[in-house]
Amino acid sequence: MTRRPPPTALAPCAGHARRRLPLGAAMLAALGGGVAMAQDPVSAPAVPAGDIAWMMTSSALVLLMVVGLAFFYGGLVRRKNVLNTMMMSFVSLGVVGLTFAAVGYSLAFSGHSAIVGSLAHVGLRGLAAGGGSGLPGLLAFAFQATFAMITAALISGAVVERMRFGPYMLFIALWSVLVYAPIAKWVWGGGFLQRMGALDFAGGTVVHINAGVAAAVLALVLGRRSDYGRKAMLPHQVPLTLLGAGLLWFGWFGFNAGSAQAADATAVLAFVNTLLAPAATLVVWALLDLARGGRATAVGLATGVVVGLVAITPAAGFVSPAGALAIGALATVPSYLLILWRARSRLDDALDVFSAHGIGGISGALLTGLFASKAWGAPVNGGLAQLGVQALAVVTAIGFSALGTLVIARVLAAFTPLRADADSEAQGLDVAMHGEEAYTDGEGALLMPVSRLEPKPAAVATARSEA
Amino acid sequence: MKLITAVVRKERLNDVLSALFQAKIYGVTVTPVRGHGGEREPVQTYRGMTVKMELVEKVRLDIGVTEPFVEPAVEAIQRGARTGSVGDGKIFVIPVDRVVRIRTGETDAAAVTPRPETTTQGDPLDAEPA
Repeated sequence: MTRRPPPTALAPCAGHARRRLPLGAAMLAALGGGVAMAQDPVSAPAVPAGDIAWMMTSSALVLLMVVGLAFFYGGLVRRKNVLNTMMMSFVSLGVVGLTFAAVGYSLAFSGHSAIVGSLAHVGLRGLAAGGGSGLPGLLAFAFQATFAMITAALISGAVVERMRFGPYMLFIALWSVLVYAPIAKWVWGGGFLQRMGALDFAGGTVVHINAGVAAAVLALVLGRRSDYGRKAMLPHQVPLTLLGAGLLWFGWFGFNAGSAQAADATAVLAFVNTLLAPAATLVVWALLDLARGGRATAVGLATGVVVGLVAITPAAGFVSPAGALAIGALATVPSYLLILWRARSRLDDALDVFSAHGIGGISGALLTGLFASKAWGAPVNGGLAQLGVQALAVVTAIGFSALGTLVIARVLAAFTPLRADADSEAQGLDVAMHGEEAYTDGEGALLMPVSRLEPKPAAVATARSEA
Repeated sequence: MKLITAVVRKERLNDVLSALFQAKIYGVTVTPVRGHGGEREPVQTYRGMTVKMELVEKVRLDIGVTEPFVEPAVEAIQRGARTGSVGDGKIFVIPVDRVVRIRTGETDAAAVTPRPETTTQGDPLDAEPA
């Protein structure tokens, strides 16, 4: 289940080959009845401390991406919806953290089936904190769990400003198990796409194409915001978006370089490529902005950084730094053009999740098939044959993600409305869904005496104050 | 001449402005205000503190118009601002003693926008998609 190449293929660090066992070995060892936990950590073949330290750091970095995403999305919506938007990312930390520990991880990373995982690790059963010969199973879980969290959170950008919060939590809970885990299994967990030779170093297909397609489908199921196409809905605080883009880039070093599963040459290559590709995208995006409107825009550059990061994700440990620059530059154009088209279309993918992550992910996955280089650690050299394999993986992910998302959304909608009512949408979801405002000086806010508090505070007080 | 002062929902402001522009009324001052009408008060909770928001954010429009434009303005504001729920706001029509356009020194009917005889000027909405 390595998403990295055999270390012997790495010219710059052939010496490191000795110690790298596939992560799957750790889990198979752990499967043997929790023996690994009982082993004396001193006598067991040691995993280099640097690897463990880096993987723990990487997991925390990917977690930070979810917070970065909350800021990125939060700045782009209107001020009356900023808390709701940021909470849609934040709540994924909790909801998907639970579902992935309960069943998601087991479905994605256990068993020998090429289609669906086993229930061997349900509830984290059999995962050890250390002592095995590979990365500890619990650490592998932690790293993968943060990926599931960010993927679910990405979807929210398409449906902000109109989706009810409770159904959203249910949606990502189901989606993380029924859509994310199977695709992760196919690409990383020994599934059929991996056996076919599809390359996805850090999640271009599993995370970004998957989230981008799900976002577009969910936006279609929900329908457009009532103001869409009628009023200009402008970002209320662009500095938050720039802060979020910076945090995403920072966290993405853990996302990509951590996907080496070790602190080794592959990780260094992925790290450098994660630095270079978005740099190229940012510059090309600015040039396109300048050519089109005469001005480089801040929201544009923030978007460009994300598109570059998305595009290099599947390629990060497989291409040369020059290849990373090329991928970053080339991937700019399709996403840039699609965003221009989308804004004038009937598809209210509010924060352009499909353009940035879906199309960016597709560009990255296909370009990985062209730029992959054995000299830089890829299992195969890029070419038309590999491009075909990549395209097949892309199409599979698109089809499954779209279908799974549609079914989950339709089934949920049969039980409860997914959309906020028109009044809530007009008032803003911060007050309507959460009973809070992001920016308030408290003027006109009367403390409610405890005796007058109802057991369950209603969203709206019907009784007028006697005071 | 009349001064029309309206207090409307902030989320309806764009609709009100569109309706005013369609009625060829272009001179308007907009102020964010807070007020208390008959509407129900949202309850908010911050950690352990529960508060009732007695004041609701609204926007206020002030429009100086000549007599022929009073009814179109009132009608346009109603059309843009009405949702049918409590809290849609109020319109006040107030007599005005004197108006001075600072730039030119023009007074009264000549000083408010629009002047009845100049309503043939280009409609800003014409440039926009319907």
